[in-house]
Amino acid sequence: MTKSQVAMKINGKSVEALVEPRTLLIYFLRDQLGITGPHIGCDTSHCGACTVDLDGKSVKSCTVFAVQANGGNIITIEGIANPDGTLHALQEGFRQMHGLQCGFCTPGMITRAYRLLQENKNPTEEEIRYGISGNLCRCTGYQNIVKAIQYAAAKLNGVPFQEAAE
Amino acid sequence: MIPGSFNYHRPKSVQEAVGLLAKLGDDGRALAGGHSLIPLMKLRLATPANLIDLAGIAELKGAGADGNDIVIGAMTTQHEIIGSDLLAARIPLLREVALQIADPQVRYLGTLGGNVAGGDPANDMPAVMMCLNATYHIAGKSGERRVAARQFYQGTYVTALAAGDVLTAVRIPAPAAGHGYAYEKLKRKIGDFATAAAAVVLTMKAGKVETCSIGLTNVAATPLLAEEAAKILIGSALDAATVKRAVGAAEAITSPAEDARGPAQYRTKMAGVMLTRALARAKSLAKG
Repeated sequence: MTKSQVAMKINGKSVEALVEPRTLLIYFLRDQLGITGPHIGCDTSHCGACTVDLDGKSVKSCTVFAVQANGGNIITIEGIANPDGTLHALQEGFRQMHGLQCGFCTPGMITRAYRLLQENKNPTEEEIRYGISGNLCRCTGYQNIVKAIQYAAAKLNGVPFQEAAE
Repeated sequence: MIPGSFNYHRPKSVQEAVGLLAKLGDDGRALAGGHSLIPLMKLRLATPANLIDLAGIAELKGAGADGNDIVIGAMTTQHEIIGSDLLAARIPLLREVALQIADPQVRYLGTLGGNVAGGDPANDMPAVMMCLNATYHIAGKSGERRVAARQFYQGTYVTALAAGDVLTAVRIPAPAAGHGYAYEKLKRKIGDFATAAAAVVLTMKAGKVETCSIGLTNVAATPLLAEEAAKILIGSALDAATVKRAVGAAEAITSPAEDARGPAQYRTKMAGVMLTRALARAKSLAKG
């Protein structure tokens, strides 16, 4: 089968490569480009560990061919930190609120939450839970992940984070 | 899981896509959002030698009004349906359904056309399209034709689409202002297909049902239109006895598969429960 030439922007850098059409975006990122932040969890578009941002949409990169992303603009967890190298509010929130244990789901969680907060700057707890319903965590039970996203939303909005009473 | 090898095509127009599909015959397959087809390809249950990606065809995107009809391009995503003010105003049922499909990531890419064209009875939109009496626009070798959703589904993964056809748009007559609607879906978890689901659109006049239409998801080899049940309800005030009779008529046309979602009898009963709930909610939303 003929290989296809693809060009896309990944975390602000232009990338050109030859790919087999059947190469899934997650394998292109991880195996061909060494961008290993997005993880392969279930490989069946359920768990969300492979989530990346593609042209302003959160997508499961195990269910997108690299050729479909040709010409696109991709952000992975590697591209989330602030330009000066300090942690993004979401990364800081996950650290402060203990939003991870094993960390396997974290790149997908943060990448998904990044888009959620672009679309909804001040989400309710329910909206956060619904917004990350395509991302599975098998350690924490989501409580602290939700808090981490609330923390980030507050910080990005320039208001103090108030932890809800439990 | 790695799909089998294929050649990738990205046509710029419907005409070009139809030409490719006509030339490739059984070796070619159209790719919409990919969230039904790519999982099948990963399992090697689908092994197309050529994929014709419809993503580059601008004319397949977006929704607009055409008289009293709403026409939605096949490549319009579930995410776009959820965000559409036009659809929220004219056919609010669609937003309610789309919000119950899969999860946010899947909805960013999954399309209306892909959802209805594949013939998977587990998908949510087909029964909704039957309920709304939608018509599918199909481009093929010999030009464009239109097929009613109610005539489109012939069996599991078997539809009125022939080799070389592309479903380009969905045309829906907007229900009357003040109509009631609901889509009640029982599922085991977010992202799951329905154990059973029921779509209802109805209008009321002086407290009585004037028009009613009912679709059922994932309780037979195809989506179902529960015509007899709807007929029973028309003219009634949706009193408990009449609803029970209608639900019985709806249950009678189901023949669900037995799978991890439960035994057939259970799924039939759940279709009835979903219909009962959908009728109650549609009634509460209807004016008149």
